[in-house]
Amino acid sequence: MMTPVHQAYLLQARQMQALSFSVHIPLVCFGIAFPMIILFVEWLYLRSGDELYRTLARRWTRIMAALFAVGVITGTILSFEMGLLWPQFTSTFGSVFGLGFAVEGFSFFMEAIFIGIYVYGWDRLSPRAHFLSGIPIAIAGFAGSLMVISVNAWMNHPSGFRLVGGKAVDVHPLAALFGNSFLWPELMHMYIAGYIVTGFLLAGAYAFSWLRKGAGPPTRYERTALAIPLAIAALASPVQVLIGDWAARGIATSQPVKLAAIEGLHSTTKGAPEHLLGWYTAGQVKYGIRIPKLLSLLAFHNPDATVKGLDTVPVDRQPPVNVVRVSFQLMVGIGTLLALLGVVYLFVRIRRGRLPESPWFYRALVLAGPASVVALIAGWVTTEVGRQPWVVYKVMLTSEAVTGASGIPVGYATLALVYVGVAGGVVWILRRLARMPMDPSDPPPSSHAAAG
Amino acid sequence: MHLYELPLIFVLVGLVLYVVLAGADFGAGLWQLLAGGGAAGERVRDHAHESMAPVWEANHVWLIFVLTVTWTAYPSAFASIASTLSIPLFVAAVGIILRGATYALRAGARSDSEQRPIDTVFALSSILTPFALGTMVGAIASRRVPVGNAAGHLFSSWTGATSILVGVLAVATSAYLAAVFLAADAVRHGDRELAESFRMRALISGAIAGALAIAGLVVLHSHAHLLYHGLLHGSALAALVVSILAGVVALELVRRGSFELARYTAALAVAAIVAGWALAQNPTLLPGLSVRAAAAPHDTLVAVVVAVLAGGVILFPSLALLFRLVLGGSLDHGGETASRTTPVRVLASATTTGLLARAAGACLIAGVGLLTIAEAGWAHAIGVLALFAFMACGFLAAATPSQYS
Ligand code: HDD
Ligand code: HEM
Ligand code: HEM
Repeated sequence: MMTPVHQAYLLQARQMQALSFSVHIPLVCFGIAFPMIILFVEWLYLRSGDELYRTLARRWTRIMAALFAVGVITGTILSFEMGLLWPQFTSTFGSVFGLGFAVEGFSFFMEAIFIGIYVYGWDRLSPRAHFLSGIPIAIAGFAGSLMVISVNAWMNHPSGFRLVGGKAVDVHPLAALFGNSFLWPELMHMYIAGYIVTGFLLAGAYAFSWLRKGAGPPTRYERTALAIPLAIAALASPVQVLIGDWAARGIATSQPVKLAAIEGLHSTTKGAPEHLLGWYTAGQVKYGIRIPKLLSLLAFHNPDATVKGLDTVPVDRQPPVNVVRVSFQLMVGIGTLLALLGVVYLFVRIRRGRLPESPWFYRALVLAGPASVVALIAGWVTTEVGRQPWVVYKVMLTSEAVTGASGIPVGYATLALVYVGVAGGVVWILRRLARMPMDPSDPPPSSHAAAG
Repeated sequence: MHLYELPLIFVLVGLVLYVVLAGADFGAGLWQLLAGGGAAGERVRDHAHESMAPVWEANHVWLIFVLTVTWTAYPSAFASIASTLSIPLFVAAVGIILRGATYALRAGARSDSEQRPIDTVFALSSILTPFALGTMVGAIASRRVPVGNAAGHLFSSWTGATSILVGVLAVATSAYLAAVFLAADAVRHGDRELAESFRMRALISGAIAGALAIAGLVVLHSHAHLLYHGLLHGSALAALVVSILAGVVALELVRRGSFELARYTAALAVAAIVAGWALAQNPTLLPGLSVRAAAAPHDTLVAVVVAVLAGGVILFPSLALLFRLVLGGSLDHGGETASRTTPVRVLASATTTGLLARAAGACLIAGVGLLTIAEAGWAHAIGVLALFAFMACGFLAAATPSQYS
């Protein structure tokens, strides 16, 4: 009943979607990992009675509350965009994937309700009740990711319906969303990314202030605030490499064209080589480091396996190779370095029983936070742009999904402007919250700091 | 009652709850704007902010609920509405961004001069958002949204008299609901003076909202005749009468200072008018599209209904808990500090740390073997679990603070 339209500003619509995601996803990482980290610190307080943990947990609660609010609004924009930008997609497949979002709605409810209780309940609920009120937040962070990722996994590996005359019939939403082999690697990879990003950004912030402070040993508070998130990120990063490899093997079988774009493999090859770095032009990777047979080995655990190339589909069904390839290499490169940093830290921590001493370690740590965000976005670019020109892989083209409304460039420019303002506001509030006094014996600083 | 109508009822219930709960939240913004300067104005603004801050996120999720259930159960209707009404939808989006951002920012404001601009942006976006959403409801009700991908007019679909009317009505209703809520909250704080000032605000805005609603019937008569006709017949008429009566009773309750009861009665007035609208329009969703034709296939409808009912079982007790804590004052600012007399205990000994580290190593090896080297699906599942166990053990070993010297 709805027919595709011509949209002159398809590219802008895609960029607007990309912008909205790039803003939402780093915040989501905090929604995933922060509740768990704070609960751990609160648990330490309950176990030990040591005020330091309480102060730390309360300070982080304030940051979590502010970031959560921004996560809520950026997520709302994404749900609006399902109709604003891609009505044809929602119209055709809402009945297939919509359930994921509907259930997600409930996990948002739980998150929002218990964040209200947790944030405003410090000091007012009994310590035990307060701790318990944080648990639903952590669960909702996982459940929310599960639901959204199930939708994305379905778009990448669609099933659970038949398309007859442009209408989805025979719809089995549960099978479509959860009976999908693509879901599990993607979910785990994203969930762990949440811990990496949150851990490194937090630890990096404390490392930054130490380095700037220069002389004088860090206080016990500062050391604790750095060590806890750092331990999480350091453990998650090596695991992420393994999960990423698992995801890549899944793509090799279900989305061969994406894999070919990731690797810049023009034609189907037996015993395909891997190229590190380089640039794809005229059907091959130039200036890269070639490692024979490695791609076949990694993708299929067999050095002589056949890997499908881009030429298995017509040129207008191929994704933009360099965007995908560079993003992927960026993610893997950063991921490898983060894993190394993590291993170094764990070695020093466990073997020597102390924190590393070299300022170089802390300089690297400061960089690790932003780098992990770059890896996060690059990973999503790999997934989403690698699926192009399809929005639902091999079922619906992005150009068939787009809205017929005019004015996309205006919306895009407005949103970009508003988000620049919001980003400025977030930086401002984080610096403010970091400086606000939080001595354990202090009462909440002022009525303005309602989030205390 | 048919299966294909059930999700629509959920959507309408969600809409009513959104209007009532988030409406109070939007209206708080309006009162901040009108609070005036000086210490009295600041008190009003602080009160409006502090009463809403713990609940606004939960209130906001009703909108997400309405959207997601609509696009799952009635996908083509959702797509037609959102694409034709893209401008008011986008305006509402911007309003929501600004509101949420200012909620977050206010926590960092140190002085009045910092707080003023934040409050102003908050207030303006609190007016813009319900107005924009109201124009969308008006557009749907006056049948200006045809089926199709952006098939309606980009502007005139939502700038008609009905749209403007519902938009303004949405703002006025929000103001009224907010004033009642804030009056009740002020009573709870024992602040008689503030309660009295919000009671006055509630009476004035309630009268305005009521007058607008009556005047609205005249507008509907000339601009949305089908709706007008529908509203004045059959069960829709009954709903309309209930709504008017409830509105009058609510005002009287406000006058007497029974704010809690007034809130429920006002909610009833909103629910009745939404029900009246639905009945007047039944069985048509959009021009030429019946509810039945718009509905998703059977399996999806069943799944949505089950999901919503199951979700409701978790949701409503949680919401009740939140509101009980808020209304009971347990989440107020500046409350008592819990006693903390627990002595400092030692957390973990060196031997447990060593054991944990070794367990982590074993899990890591198992994880690599099962996830990376093995091929079978079940092996991957166990491998992932082993890797999570690695992270958990490793974390307890590395993060249990032995002073971090
Ligand atoms: C902190 C962030 C981060 C880090 C360090 C890595 N990744 Fe990643 N990666 C992501 C964050 C991410 C993500 C969360 O952005 C993506 C997008 C979609 C998804 O499921 O996870 C992703 C996608 C993604 C995909 C595409 C999945 C798809 O198209 O569905 C592959 C093949 C990998 N990753 C592989 C890796 C490898 C081999 C890494 C290690 C060296 C790695 N990733 C590190
Ligand atoms: C449900 C979960 C989804 C997730 C997590 C997701 C994630 C992302 C991310 C992170 C990007 C940014 C890529 C970049 O920065 O260039 C992106 C881009 C994009 N997404 Fe998705 N997406 C999802 C659903 C959708 C939906 C529903 C649509 C539309 C029908 C869509 C279509 C696109 C398009 C067209 C782009 C731009 C690609 C380009 O720049 O070429 N995605 N997505
Ligand atoms: C099409 C894609 C997406 C849509 C429509 C979407 C929608 C939303 C919405 C509406 C919210 C606000 C919830 C509230 O009011 O409390 C939100 C927050 C959240 N979203 Fe997304 N989202 C998308 C992508 C993602 C992705 C890729 C993830 C992660 C895996 C994710 C995980 C979360 C989480 C954990 C929150 C909680 C808020 C926070 O902690 O910041 N979402 N999202």
